Amino acid sequence: MADIKKDAAVDRSDDVQDATPNVTEVDTVDAVTEEAAVEAIEAPVERGEPILQVRNLVKHFPLTQGILFKRQIGAVKAVDGISFDLYQGETLGIVGESGCGKSTVAKLLMTLETATAGEVFFKGQDITKLSGRALRAVRRNIQMVFQDPYTSLNPRMTVGDIIGEPYEIHPEVAPKGDRRRRVQELLDVVGLNPEYINRYPHQFSGGQRQRIGIARGLALNPEVIICDEPVSALDVSVQAQVINLMEKLQDEFNLSYIFIAHDLSIVRHISDRVGVMYLGKMAEIGSDTEIYDHPTHPYTQALLSAVPVPDPESREGRERIILAGDVPSPANPPSGCRFRTRCWKAEDKCAKEVPLLAVPERFAGSDTPAAHESACHFAEEKDVVHA
Amino acid sequence: MSELTDTTLVPGHQASNAELAAAKGPSKGSGPGKPRSLWGDAWYELRHRPLFWVSAVLLVLLLTIAAFPGLFTGADPRDGDLTNHFLTKPELSHFFQADWFGYDVQGRSIYARVIYGTRASIMVGVGVTAAVTLFGGLLGMLAGYFGGWIDSIVSRIVDIFFGLPFLLGSMVVLNAFTERKVYVVIAALAFLGWTTIARVMRSSVITAKQADYVTAARALGAGTTRILFRHVLPNALAPTIVVATISLGAYISAEATLSYLGLGLADPTISWGIDISSAKDAIRDNPHVMLFPAGMLSLTVFAFITLGDAVRDALDPKLR
Repeated sequence: MADIKKDAAVDRSDDVQDATPNVTEVDTVDAVTEEAAVEAIEAPVERGEPILQVRNLVKHFPLTQGILFKRQIGAVKAVDGISFDLYQGETLGIVGESGCGKSTVAKLLMTLETATAGEVFFKGQDITKLSGRALRAVRRNIQMVFQDPYTSLNPRMTVGDIIGEPYEIHPEVAPKGDRRRRVQELLDVVGLNPEYINRYPHQFSGGQRQRIGIARGLALNPEVIICDEPVSALDVSVQAQVINLMEKLQDEFNLSYIFIAHDLSIVRHISDRVGVMYLGKMAEIGSDTEIYDHPTHPYTQALLSAVPVPDPESREGRERIILAGDVPSPANPPSGCRFRTRCWKAEDKCAKEVPLLAVPERFAGSDTPAAHESACHFAEEKDVVHA
Repeated sequence: MSELTDTTLVPGHQASNAELAAAKGPSKGSGPGKPRSLWGDAWYELRHRPLFWVSAVLLVLLLTIAAFPGLFTGADPRDGDLTNHFLTKPELSHFFQADWFGYDVQGRSIYARVIYGTRASIMVGVGVTAAVTLFGGLLGMLAGYFGGWIDSIVSRIVDIFFGLPFLLGSMVVLNAFTERKVYVVIAALAFLGWTTIARVMRSSVITAKQADYVTAARALGAGTTRILFRHVLPNALAPTIVVATISLGAYISAEATLSYLGLGLADPTISWGIDISSAKDAIRDNPHVMLFPAGMLSLTVFAFITLGDAVRDALDPKLR
């Protein structure tokens, strides 16, 4: 067990993250050789230091016309200039409605898609430009948990083969004779009976399958795990178990999570910081208290006002912001602010100037929780959850 | 492993009893500790189908006949005794005797010819199916997995071949050969028949390669070979197997059709098609001369198609 477990659990307090800015300066490591790059990737990172730094990440999917002679007639701007930092040991939640580019961000971070522009620095190494051994080292250190536990496990492989596959692809991590024992340890770690090693995925329930997926993600001892809606395909009761398991594992193995979801309450529960995405851009980012209790971007406010409140008493006085219209097409997004077509505050300025993701001027220098980064020209605080 | 007999979850971890029950449920039928794979499930399903057993018994019998025809008859199928020409009526009580099914126009034992003709038909059927599955399956897999220009080229070639009528095309090809041995017929039929398998394989590979477990393997850093042979192929094989089993029967009847038309196998070779062809002059007075080879042909085709049907039902989880 000892070789899988990393440091002992560290006290997870929010105030460390509260003070940290969203984007810090990238401390790039100039690795001339592949060995140097691998060494930089394997180097340990202090808790609270940035481990993953995303800068102006862009992904455009070309729209082509014609069968033989394809020509590009446009592009779906799935991700259009996103920057954020992930600190060692924290959970960064990314929320947004369907089609806003959350999953594309996950694929870009996993280097499953090639970025159109921008950089992703993992410990100072730009992973969008890596190849060969350095890329393998990154793959070992950034792992993913998938949304649908029914399609993310190969139905023709046993659980032992599924969780053991990472060791076959990266044989340097575990010697051959040791693999079966490690797989059984992993099953134990995620709360499954190690005896299940010879079973097939269809013999498990959704929650158990997701545990298998998490065990596969843990196999290589990664430092960052990207969770792309890991619980949205599960029953509510099972969601809580899987979330608790993920929190336990984060402490046990000192993991950093990027947690992508559309369920706001789950994101608040697990996240230290939260980023809100709209149409390929980051609308607002800050600590969970800042975002949930002091949102300043109108989109975040509208999103939060849609969260169901179980208490009828407090529900009565609450204002519900109902947005008009649909999300515009990412192939042809509005000029200026992307949200202006549905925003009740929109003025001429919003169509002309793209609002930058920065601490709004009116809050700059002040100590209020509203002083966090928000991409709105008219950012103002509005408490929608408690009103 | 064996000392861990406790089937509950490891204590100290949170997992509900509902989850546990769900895990225990499906494995009940196979007994404790004996998991079934999807292929195992398919086999379990097959065993409970009477039609599968009918076709399986028939096929084992036919394969034995094809391999060891001498076990079933002592008569020489090529021994034409014209004195028997007049003894054409079958002697149905003379089991396994040379005159059981009577004699044909040239005085040869029809029973012996039916037995010895099995080998050619089975060889053509199995040979064409093997060639078509390997070649068409490989091209379909490459086209489906890599897409792009490989897919464009393969798909256009498939379209062209699909436009050629199967029988007419093979007649044209076979007409170019003067000596038509079994392997020539196999090559001609395979040349025109690979497109169906290629299309089936291509579409199922496209479905399989988009699955999340393929993305998961790529995220782990798996190479193309591993993804193709560990993840994509095992999950894309089922439709191909079904189409191959069903079309095996069709290839056997295609061989008979070609031989009947005089373009398939030719005389020193013994085949049901040739016998059906040579019986056509005698059919008015002695219909049994055609009945026995044609009956055997129908029985073989039936056996293969029934097996294909049973395999399809067993491999398709939606039908369970």
